[in-house]
Amino acid sequence: MDEFRMKSAMSDRGHEQFREEVQAFARECIAPYAGAIEENQRFPRDAIEEMGRRGWMGLPIPREYGGAGLDNLSYIIAVEEISRVCGSTGITLAAHTSLVAWPIYTHGNEEQKMKYLKPLASGEHLGSFGLTESNAGSDAGATETMAVSEGDFYVVNGTKRFITNATHADTVILTASHDRTKGVHGISAFIVEKGMCGFEPGKKENKLGLRASDTAEIVFQDCKIHKDNLLGEKNEGFKVFMETLDGGRISIGALALGEAQGALDAAVAYVRDHDLRRDQAVQSSIADMMMDVSAARHMIYHAARIKDQKKTVILEGAMAKLYASEASMRVASKAIDLMGMEGLTNRYPAERFLRDAKLNEIGEGTSEIQRIVIARQVLGK
Amino acid sequence: MNFELDSNQKLIRDMVREFAVNELEEKAVEIDQSKEFPWDSIKKMAELGLMGMIIPEKYGGGGMDFVSLAIAIEEISHVCASTGVIVAVNQTLTAYPIMEFGNDDQKKKYLPVLAKAEKIGAFALTEAGAGSDPASMETTAKLEGDHYILNGSKRFITNGEEAGIFIVFAITDKEKGHKGIATFIVEKDFEGFSVGDHEDLMGLRATGNCELMFDDCKVPKENLLGEDGQGFKIALHTIDTSRIDIGAQAVGLAQGAMEAAIKYSKERQTFGKPICEYQMIQSKLAEMATRIDAARFLVYRAAAMKDSGATRYSKEAAMAKYAASEACMYTVREAIQIYGGYGYTKDYPVERYFRDAKVMEIYEGTSEIQKIVIARSLLA
Repeated sequence: MDEFRMKSAMSDRGHEQFREEVQAFARECIAPYAGAIEENQRFPRDAIEEMGRRGWMGLPIPREYGGAGLDNLSYIIAVEEISRVCGSTGITLAAHTSLVAWPIYTHGNEEQKMKYLKPLASGEHLGSFGLTESNAGSDAGATETMAVSEGDFYVVNGTKRFITNATHADTVILTASHDRTKGVHGISAFIVEKGMCGFEPGKKENKLGLRASDTAEIVFQDCKIHKDNLLGEKNEGFKVFMETLDGGRISIGALALGEAQGALDAAVAYVRDHDLRRDQAVQSSIADMMMDVSAARHMIYHAARIKDQKKTVILEGAMAKLYASEASMRVASKAIDLMGMEGLTNRYPAERFLRDAKLNEIGEGTSEIQRIVIARQVLGK
Repeated sequence: MNFELDSNQKLIRDMVREFAVNELEEKAVEIDQSKEFPWDSIKKMAELGLMGMIIPEKYGGGGMDFVSLAIAIEEISHVCASTGVIVAVNQTLTAYPIMEFGNDDQKKKYLPVLAKAEKIGAFALTEAGAGSDPASMETTAKLEGDHYILNGSKRFITNGEEAGIFIVFAITDKEKGHKGIATFIVEKDFEGFSVGDHEDLMGLRATGNCELMFDDCKVPKENLLGEDGQGFKIALHTIDTSRIDIGAQAVGLAQGAMEAAIKYSKERQTFGKPICEYQMIQSKLAEMATRIDAARFLVYRAAAMKDSGATRYSKEAAMAKYAASEACMYTVREAIQIYGGYGYTKDYPVERYFRDAKVMEIYEGTSEIQKIVIARSLLA
């Protein structure tokens, strides 16, 4: 399966052994169902539970908090290899780890880490990150969800939209404004848990792709959240989620990289089976696809390595995510071209990868936002 | 040089646009989900004369030109690409080869039926092992007495599940390679003909796309279209012509996606202003409009060339189809981008446009094939 995958100077033997372990799991436990669960919009609960048992739902989280204590590169490789067979399962893992476990690890206090991070990292609980709203997408600071102080509590009202893992989550991080006149400086982040009064999942989204991933609204109606559940300081929610997204982008990049590799795998198998390998038009496409995948992989691993060195990764994360997401669209589209009409049927995974890949250009910051982030890093604000 | 449509063509555009918006737009969402073949839309279009525009008046058609047909397909596809291709296949891929290569009896028998859409047409060339390379087909036809006996199967046949009249290609003499292919007009109720598996496609889901099976299918001798051995020529000439319409379909779909994106970009606000005021969004809109216009002119040029009586327009048709399908894919991708997360859901039409668009780069010859056709013409 992997004879044509390029070598990476950035991953060592340990990483490659871990990759093989994830690959074997993905091949046996995810690949056989990937097409069907996507078609039927069935959440990959079994796979997620099994990944939890294996300790993969908290890969970059230290062992003391229930995680596997591996580095970010290992985590990225896991997202890549899972997404290579199923983007829906990949994004479930990525949102849980990068957008919930990670910010609690980096911004939570000791008590919160013991209470919320441990069950998340060990896979007992699933996490969801409630940032986006109908009128606050790219402009996440425009959040209309309000948190009003009442004694030891905040009373939260509002609706989050396009939230990954929304209906299956046990732990949700949410952002809300205390004072809209303060803009981004009036926003706080909170941790809420399933069973707390006043919040529940709302309308499920009917999506182009990633249809087995759970995307829905979360509705907060007079939801009382104790002050202890503030994540980070009051009014510093913007900082919490911006930092979260800086890292989260690398995992969406890995999702894109995995999907691109999966589409390339499908195209290569098809070209070999149909004896098209001597055709120059085919060779030209395969060469471009391979370069795209390789370049994306270098950029993603590079960003993960920088994150492991605890340096800021804003520029590298944005570039890697942007490149990988656009590469995933190009590669999936070319894979279909190589397969002709067959590529548009659900008998092959290429059309699923193309539908899945489109999300990469939108989720966790659109390509336009990435370009703004990159330009600001280069030019200064 | 004149870039104006004539008054008839303008009338057709206005009429079809109004019909499409009133009758097809809402239904487009429905049939995409249910995969239901839009028979009632087809009946209404037949009443308006849209199912047989290029068929001569004496056979019940409109006797119109190919530019008019392209305009109609463009306007229909603007709101529903599934319906657009159904209209195109009935005319350019079924009626047209009968008009070009059929004898009087065949014309009298089949063209009025197609023009009124009493039965609808389909074109059966592609096989599981013969897509971009139709000459490698395996379906055979053997003359036995008064009948040809057809055996084999065809795949990815648009309209296949619902059609009553099929243009079918089969090998009569394998030794002769592409000169050993013949074309037949097959009716749905001919003995030994059956409809096979439905194709579950990413887009154009309401087009009855399926497999066709020929199991000792008995086709009367008089249903040979053109001459035995002329099949490959008929196929290529028909596809050259129909590429113009696929180009028109892609232009219409792209125009629909662009108009949706323009409208949304004026409504959606971020950071205190409508997103249409951002340069990155403007750049996308400008790119869409330029590519669509370029493609539209290539489509009209090819159609006008056909109308002027030219017999060879392979290069122009290939250029039109290639440019239009690529412009279309670019536009739908960026249209979703402008809608952001909303565009990724089925709440807005751009999600369907995206799924419908991809096939434009594939059927009637992939983009790679179009480039080969163009290059051959340049090098000839």
